[in-house]
Amino acid sequence: MSLVHTSAAELGALVASGEVSAVEVAQAHLARISTVEPQVNAFLHVDAETTLAQARAVDARIAAGERLGPLAGVPIAHKDVFTTTDMPTTAGSKILEDYRPPYDATVTRRLREAGLVILGKTNLDEFAMGSSTENSAYGPTRNPWDLSRIPGGSSGGSSAAVAAYEAPLSTGTDTGGSIRQPAAVTGIVGMKPTYGGSSRYGLIAFASSLDTPGPFARNVLDAALLHEAFSGHDPLDSTSIDAPVPSVVEAARNGDVAGLRIGVVKEFGGDGYQAGVLARFHESVELLESLGAKVVEVSCPSFTTALPAYYLIAPSEASSNLARFDAMRYGLRVGDDGTRSAEEVMALTRAAGFGPEVKRRIILGTYALSSGYYDAYYGQAQKVRTLIARDFEAAFNQVDVLVSPTTPTTAFPIGERADDPMAMYLADLCTIPTNLAGNAAISVPCGLADEDGLPVGLQIMAPVLGDDRCYRVGAAVERALEGRWGGSLLSKAPVL
Amino acid sequence: MSAITRDEVAHLARLSRLALADEELDHFAAQLDVIIGAVARVAEVAADDIPPSSHALPLTNVYRPDEVRPGLTPKEALAAAPAVEDDRFRVPRILGEEA
Repeated sequence: MSLVHTSAAELGALVASGEVSAVEVAQAHLARISTVEPQVNAFLHVDAETTLAQARAVDARIAAGERLGPLAGVPIAHKDVFTTTDMPTTAGSKILEDYRPPYDATVTRRLREAGLVILGKTNLDEFAMGSSTENSAYGPTRNPWDLSRIPGGSSGGSSAAVAAYEAPLSTGTDTGGSIRQPAAVTGIVGMKPTYGGSSRYGLIAFASSLDTPGPFARNVLDAALLHEAFSGHDPLDSTSIDAPVPSVVEAARNGDVAGLRIGVVKEFGGDGYQAGVLARFHESVELLESLGAKVVEVSCPSFTTALPAYYLIAPSEASSNLARFDAMRYGLRVGDDGTRSAEEVMALTRAAGFGPEVKRRIILGTYALSSGYYDAYYGQAQKVRTLIARDFEAAFNQVDVLVSPTTPTTAFPIGERADDPMAMYLADLCTIPTNLAGNAAISVPCGLADEDGLPVGLQIMAPVLGDDRCYRVGAAVERALEGRWGGSLLSKAPVL
Repeated sequence: MSAITRDEVAHLARLSRLALADEELDHFAAQLDVIIGAVARVAEVAADDIPPSSHALPLTNVYRPDEVRPGLTPKEALAAAPAVEDDRFRVPRILGEEA
């Protein structure tokens, strides 16, 4: 098997044993990137020299006898919303074109410390707002399963890079489903950790009470290894949880669901769900039952108002967070001709630098926070948020994990929902409750839909700091299904 | 009846410091009308006695010790600025002509 088809865990072992150098692994992936990028467009920035310098440094550290983690020498694609001092950081926006941050995000720093080799920065919906990467100012990324379709979003560059074997691992951020939805529609694993379990320091903010960094990988164990590598308490993030990282790697190796209580969320299914998605979902539930899990139906009535609550809360926070793009200290400045005021320059710059979805959300958030509307919109949405957290609490009194389809449909064609914001927002129907409540959830591949032959994701939701349960159940599903399929789901994808 | 008028969207754009073109305003007003109509569903939830959650975790303010630490140098802080003068950010005028 070639290096680009090897798992992250195996690559780490090969590098640690000296059988292969980190430089050789990086070179193989850089070559793969050159081959497939013209079709996929997963990356906004690749710089072979910077990557190879990192790989040489890892080889030197290993040669010097330094004991590095299990992912030392493993390449990774990094979502272009985390700051990096040695590569541009754009958040997919024209307002940050060519921006070089003066500091590394905590996630970036921890990747470096663990000896991961950053291949480049991946495409995303501008400021992580979207479900398709079509909102990137730098053009859409394409789904490796079908190049005419979206790879999900907002972390669509990261999902496509892993699905196209350009990188064994990638980072993402999940505010309303931006890791789980792209993972589902590209046939890979994507995890949204418990809010506060991974640091937001140096993550360009969209909605601060929801934004959560997390891993993408082609299998559950690799995702757990990456999760462990960059998670844990960070004094630089005041919402970081000061508690040990749940034992996710152990859970991914274990994968035993005998006796586990699994709840099927009654509210997710029916109208608006693709038949092939529901068929694969129901099969997964039967599979878990056959592996010894106890399955019951659970009702979470407030989940039906999660989507409207989210589209008030997230834009409200965004309208405040994006006020920092003021054309004064960094980023784009437009119209500064010596006669215009700072306020005029600010308004011209923001109009030129932000794309349509970002503008829509800033206006929507400003509206929801306006005096006179605040109680009816933002205040009421915050109450719904409490009800959703209570529904989760009640559910987790009865069961250990909840399951649902990750997305109502498989990957849709590029352009289909581009000018219909409400249709686009529905892609996050099943993922949003977890963001509002702050608990953990993973998406693992569970098959291909009969209608279109495209990947379907199974979502597994666990309580706050119960991240290990997501990996345990995910590993069980993966092991059983790969046994049936005779390999990974991704091995059925067209060869690029 | 529309949930939001074009004039309201124009006002919100001004508050948000977005100098939108007329066509953009027309387009956004129509889209935001649909979006606000949909999100207004939160009003149907009976939640009078429910406390609001601004956040998922019960964390209150977290402070670090008040100790001096190294920060960015002026050169680093100014490196990405659109305009610089005498080790400072150079900005357009901030006061009106009459000031």
